[in-house]
Amino acid sequence: MSLTRRNALALGSAAIAVTLVPLRAFAASEKSMEAIKAFAGEAAVTEGSFDLTTPEIAENGNTVPVSFSAPGAKRVMLLADGNPSPGVASFEFGALSDSSGSTRIRLAGTQNVIAVAEMADGSIVQVAKAVKVTIGGCGG
Amino acid sequence: MAKARVKAPKTAAAGELVTIKTLVNHPMESGQRKDKEGKIIPRKIINAFSATFGGEAVVAATFEPAISTNPYFQFSFTVPATGDLVMKWTDDDGSMIEQTKTITVA
Amino acid sequence: MNKITKTLTCLLAASGLATVAVADQDATLTINGELTIATTVAAPADSPLDELFSGWVFRSGETQALQMDDFDNPSFIFVDQAIEQFAKVEGTEGESCASCHTDVAEFKGLRTTLPRHNASTGKLDTMATLINDCRTNRMGAEPWKYSKGKMTAMKALIGLQSRGMPMNVAVDGAAAEHFELGKEIYYTRVGQLDMSCANCHEDNYDTMIRADHLSQGQINGFPTYRLKNAKLNSIQGRFKGCMKNIRATPYKEGSKEFTALELYVASRGNGLPVETPSVRN
Repeated sequence: MSLTRRNALALGSAAIAVTLVPLRAFAASEKSMEAIKAFAGEAAVTEGSFDLTTPEIAENGNTVPVSFSAPGAKRVMLLADGNPSPGVASFEFGALSDSSGSTRIRLAGTQNVIAVAEMADGSIVQVAKAVKVTIGGCGG
Repeated sequence: MAKARVKAPKTAAAGELVTIKTLVNHPMESGQRKDKEGKIIPRKIINAFSATFGGEAVVAATFEPAISTNPYFQFSFTVPATGDLVMKWTDDDGSMIEQTKTITVA
Repeated sequence: MNKITKTLTCLLAASGLATVAVADQDATLTINGELTIATTVAAPADSPLDELFSGWVFRSGETQALQMDDFDNPSFIFVDQAIEQFAKVEGTEGESCASCHTDVAEFKGLRTTLPRHNASTGKLDTMATLINDCRTNRMGAEPWKYSKGKMTAMKALIGLQSRGMPMNVAVDGAAAEHFELGKEIYYTRVGQLDMSCANCHEDNYDTMIRADHLSQGQINGFPTYRLKNAKLNSIQGRFKGCMKNIRATPYKEGSKEFTALELYVASRGNGLPVETPSVRN
């Protein structure tokens, strides 16, 4: 007997996937905007294309694996747009580093995770990923 | 203060990109939780991490309360020659953990 | 994969949607790139289940990945602490665990047989009672609380020695009456929500309860590091949590009821390899 009940799950998943927020449509919260502005200084912020990996559905908001890879970046800042306080971490990379990082973060609810990077040429770019954070039926 | 677990290779080729994994046993008390009497449990987190290799800065990070309990951080860098990877974690209360791993280039 | 699942998977792939983080029945649990552990086994002939699935199977890909590397698995913070504790002298007799048990690897196989009947006490021994028995009677040290940090860490270290070995608890002979008590508790509805263990873990495993993917409630991976509370959780601690969730008054940890239930639930997983210490949500 295989896990046939997964079929119902897969159908449901397709419905969930369709409603994911498209990348361009996200609007960051005021606090996030302030943090991004402080990071960018005078430079304009444009959309980046570096890797930001987050789960589509976080099994538990207490421990969500996040990783990024922005080759050439001097600085990277991670924000959790929907947390009471959006700041997550910021990194300064030396010449030996490959400007990548991986960590585990707390997300208070479904929201966008934003990564902002200062690239080698001083330009500021940002990438966002939507993460659905679920509340379990058992054990909270 | 708590201890750090570090996974680093013992040897590398010159110019090789190595990945370092770190994990510290620390509650990362966010300052948002309340105790049974309803009082806020004060914030106590590891707020900074730095790694240097052969004296040269590899990465310097600041952590906020949104970093999970038992903070995990993985990073990569190119090993130019034999040297010491010196890592430091700083707690809100000023205490520090330091760990050094030597990577030898044959 | 059956035909329906294949079609759906094709549809999902064709629509360009990335894989959703649901349990991958076909994923293989290989730890540190070397130890492969079966997470699905045939159920014994007299089991109410057809196949046994480890809790690992029901978790998202990211959670599964955390258990596949002993460095990424946060349980090992506590295993390290237990290794230190194992060598620590405590109690009036001036001994440590290591004074008698020179190498913790001696305990290989122990986890697969627990809980087990103790002929002299007439009760069931669990890992916790064995540890406390040594501490109080042989070390002259304070007993540890059932689900507190030092106990769960030591259970994780000792259980780890049996990792990969199939569970094999005895339910016959003197253990039979405890097995029957545990079975009765498993199927009895309790609490404001009027539910029994079986309602979720037998009748409805592999379905969603709100956003939680229900497992068969197997305990082969305990103590487990739960992402929810970022620490090791014990079997009876989890039973307690489950009972609270259905708004029933939980039995006490270490009680006859919970210990009998632990034997019964362990027997439902006979054949599943030990995964201690595992990672769950």
